[in-house]
Amino acid sequence: MIKINHISKSFNDKQILNDIGGEFEKGKCNLIIGSSGTGKSVLLKCIVGLVHPDTGNVYYDLRNFTEADKEMKAEIRREIGMLFQGGALFDSKNVEQNVMFPLDILTKMPLEEKLERVNFCLKRVGLESVNKKMPSEISGGMKKRVGIARAIVNNPNYLFCDEPNSGLDPQTSIVIDELILEITHEYDITTVVVTHDMNSVMGIGEKIMFLYKGSKIWEGSNQNIVNSGVKELDDFVFSNKVMRGMKSES
Amino acid sequence: MKEFGRYAMFMGSLFVRRETFATYYKLTLEEAIQIGLKSAGMIGMVAFFMGAVTTVQIAGNLVSPFVPRFVISQVVREMTILELAPTIIAIIFAGKVGSSMAGGLGTMRITEQIDALEVMGINSSSYLVLPKIVASMLTYPMLVIISGVCALVGGYLVGTFTGIVTPAEYIQGIRYAFNPTMITFAITKSFVFAFLIASVSSFKGYFTQGGALEVGISTTAAVTNSIIAVLLADYLLAELFFE
Repeated sequence: MIKINHISKSFNDKQILNDIGGEFEKGKCNLIIGSSGTGKSVLLKCIVGLVHPDTGNVYYDLRNFTEADKEMKAEIRREIGMLFQGGALFDSKNVEQNVMFPLDILTKMPLEEKLERVNFCLKRVGLESVNKKMPSEISGGMKKRVGIARAIVNNPNYLFCDEPNSGLDPQTSIVIDELILEITHEYDITTVVVTHDMNSVMGIGEKIMFLYKGSKIWEGSNQNIVNSGVKELDDFVFSNKVMRGMKSES
Repeated sequence: MKEFGRYAMFMGSLFVRRETFATYYKLTLEEAIQIGLKSAGMIGMVAFFMGAVTTVQIAGNLVSPFVPRFVISQVVREMTILELAPTIIAIIFAGKVGSSMAGGLGTMRITEQIDALEVMGINSSSYLVLPKIVASMLTYPMLVIISGVCALVGGYLVGTFTGIVTPAEYIQGIRYAFNPTMITFAITKSFVFAFLIASVSSFKGYFTQGGALEVGISTTAAVTNSIIAVLLADYLLAELFFE
């Protein structure tokens, strides 16, 4: 479980996040949603430690990450897997080397064992016989899958996904969403997904935090998001034609 | 001053939370191949023509019959060892290797590859930059030696084929009143220049923010700042050495 308390962040006197708190539950797909520019990605970066919040703390299973020393931070980070928006695969390494990278750096596994684990993870995300391809030779959807394989190769306790569907066609988006949900349940990990894609919200949003202008204004699940009664959330949710149709039908 | 402070802090960050020696060893070898081996051909060729042109121009200016012809190669030797090989090649090195370092790191930054390393608990600056600096400091002195040899060979071939000097005169000039401490000075300069080029270029690339346009800006800044640092260091080292 990840807990955040009173997270605030500003850049050049512009308040991006304003006193955000909440919990991301273990074994569930936790979503941070909101329109572009509401601070979703900044919040995610604060949680994983890429940005230091001005106020507030982040707790990983009761371990205060924000105020931890460098060793403790490194230890917690080794339990984190992250899928970046563009995949963030290392250009100079092939698919196999990309997925193996965390094992190379963080473990002392023999090569055979590492290869076995890499092949297992690639198979798990539905990729086979692409081991020797370079990132430039594979599609956007495949890059995302390789990114997921790299994120889970080290058996993380926490999985973070920053806009996993951006730039993907609707069909591939669903495949990626389902994969994230399956992995979350299968390994019983805490998954946090930043998205503004309503298909993802309805498909995998077991717990949802809605941000509006840097503040959290709603929390719930995909079961009750359409009846939240929060105007800003309704504006966000029903900006989608399909969702408007669902509402009028109901 | 603020920029220099950031640079100093960046340099400090290379030595904290380091990875294992084996990791750095492998990365340094890879960088050495990239930086050193793949630059040797171009640098050798540039040095060859520098030596050739220098020989022709010195011969053209030494019109007095009282000056022996071997002085041509003596001057070529001094110029090559003191300035052409370490300093001019450093400018070419900054253009080729410095821009590549800054561009590579800048691209890694904007495509979140550096963030990916940080999230994995790796000190990205140390992991990415330290091997580049060490590899530069190992390979650049070798490139300077290669370029020195190529320049002298270029001067010899052009000088003898065009009849400016005889082979014997050229060799005599190369050996005449040779002071070996000049080699020490050139090698010392090459270590300093390699450090400056690799560290300044990496610093500029590592802190790129924005998109493709900013990567281009960082790359240009890396090359210009490296060259300025090299020229400043060249002057300071000359003052120190010849005091």
